Amino acid sequence: MRKAFDVTTLPGFTFIAITAFVLLYAPIVTLVIYSFNGGNSVNLWGGFSLKWYAEAAGNEAVQGAAIRSFIIAISASGIATTVATMAALGTTRRGKFKGQTAIYIMINQPLMVPEIVTAVALLIFFSSIKIATGYSGLGYLIIAHAAFCVPFAYLPIRARLEGMDLTMETAAADLYATPWKTFRYVTLPILMPGVIAGAMLAFVISLDDVIITEFVKSAGQDTLPTYMLGQLRRALTPEVNAISTALLALTVVILTAFFLITRKRD
Amino acid sequence: MNGPGRSKAANGWLLSAPALLLLLIAASGPLLIVAVYSFLEKGDYSGVRWILSGEAWFRVLFERDIFDGTVSLADANLSIFWRSVKLSLATTLITFALGLPTAWFIATRPPKARAVWLFLITIPFWTNLLIRTFAIMEVIRNQGLLNTFLINMGVISEPIQILYTDTAVLIGMAYVYLPLMVLPLFAAIDRFDFKLIEAGYDLYATRWRILRSVVLPIIKPGIVAGCILVFVPSLGAYVTPRVLGGGKNMMIGNFIELQFGQGQNWPLGAALSMVLLIIVMGALLVYTRVSDRDDPHA
Repeated sequence: MRKAFDVTTLPGFTFIAITAFVLLYAPIVTLVIYSFNGGNSVNLWGGFSLKWYAEAAGNEAVQGAAIRSFIIAISASGIATTVATMAALGTTRRGKFKGQTAIYIMINQPLMVPEIVTAVALLIFFSSIKIATGYSGLGYLIIAHAAFCVPFAYLPIRARLEGMDLTMETAAADLYATPWKTFRYVTLPILMPGVIAGAMLAFVISLDDVIITEFVKSAGQDTLPTYMLGQLRRALTPEVNAISTALLALTVVILTAFFLITRKRD
Repeated sequence: MNGPGRSKAANGWLLSAPALLLLLIAASGPLLIVAVYSFLEKGDYSGVRWILSGEAWFRVLFERDIFDGTVSLADANLSIFWRSVKLSLATTLITFALGLPTAWFIATRPPKARAVWLFLITIPFWTNLLIRTFAIMEVIRNQGLLNTFLINMGVISEPIQILYTDTAVLIGMAYVYLPLMVLPLFAAIDRFDFKLIEAGYDLYATRWRILRSVVLPIIKPGIVAGCILVFVPSLGAYVTPRVLGGGKNMMIGNFIELQFGQGQNWPLGAALSMVLLIIVMGALLVYTRVSDRDDPHA
């Protein structure tokens, strides 16, 4: 029976909520639909076509940017996940220690400092290193991305570790397993969903970054987002719509996988 | 400190060392350099001269006439600061007005449906900021969805120029930051004990009375978290004002970039970055204060 004072429906709340969802999705859906536009302009609908996807895929600048995006995202999320896993193990096992808060603050720093400030800081720092060493490869972008990905990798890994039972590890130790063996055969397998989830978030975050990449990159080092930003100086092109939709699809796939992996735990 | 305690700390630091080193190289260290640069003299073209100077900090708020040396407030800078604060506050308000009912709606669904609605909020949250900004641009530009719709409906005869105005920046920021408001609000409402509302009704309170006196105070940490999470990135926004505001409607983020690019005044850019950072840290401090005071487990 429905109660007379059904509090779950405050007047107007459902209407506003549905409106908010429509407002959130309408622009994205429009962008996706128009990426399949066969016409030459972004304004007029010229029938369904994949021609802008073919156009984007055949564009050498887009190919280069896509390859660079993936090299950076894979390396950066790999580095970030490795160091974040170590840090999570160091900060969660068996209670508190002195300096732990300092470590937390340091790890979460990229989340607190406005991205534009980090970007100009890296611009100053890396440009002087570039001049001093003469090296201007992708290394700077990989290090920069790895750094701001650390908190995104760290949080799901730490969450998994905190919910983990210590008795398995104690049992392993009782059976004379070395600390390394305990880690390799007990801790790591249980921790794996957290590690994968962390790596996925780090990958998406790196793939999407605009500001820091824009400031750190050397000439000719565009990633997909900075290429898209550069294209915009003229006008919004159907090609940019197609690249956006492809990136969006990739994000949705990774996120769905992320949710399926983290859901299993419950 | 006793033996095991010490080894625990040593272990913690040792395992965290690679992460800390990485962050020192590509986050904290460069930030310190920005702080130092803000106290140096401007170089001839770009860069700095290693001479200690308070000029950049002075220039944040004041300007000196090049002929007679009279000092006046830097109107251009102040108007950019004011626009940034104004737009960020407005963004926070709009996202709150839309976000509270949305979070409430999600939190009151049955568990299975709740997961689906929550997933629908997280997709835009993780979608590239640039893509979402492009998407909103599709809607508000002169030949975009909104104007075409209004013209076809006969509401207007000429497209309204929204793109490249402050309104466009505001719409864009509210759009891209809405999920940042909904998620912490949802977390707070989800933990809320709805029995308290029934108790309120039993005591003859009206719906609005309950919302004001029971619900809002309890979910306040979530409200504060949502507002901070929207306000902070809004204030430092760079992509959205650049894309939707055109060249003219700058915010602090774009102004900072300008000093490192065309403006060729690195110390001023560094000082502006520090000002932005100080405001953000202030907001975060307020947040920790409020959430510490309200969290019974703290």
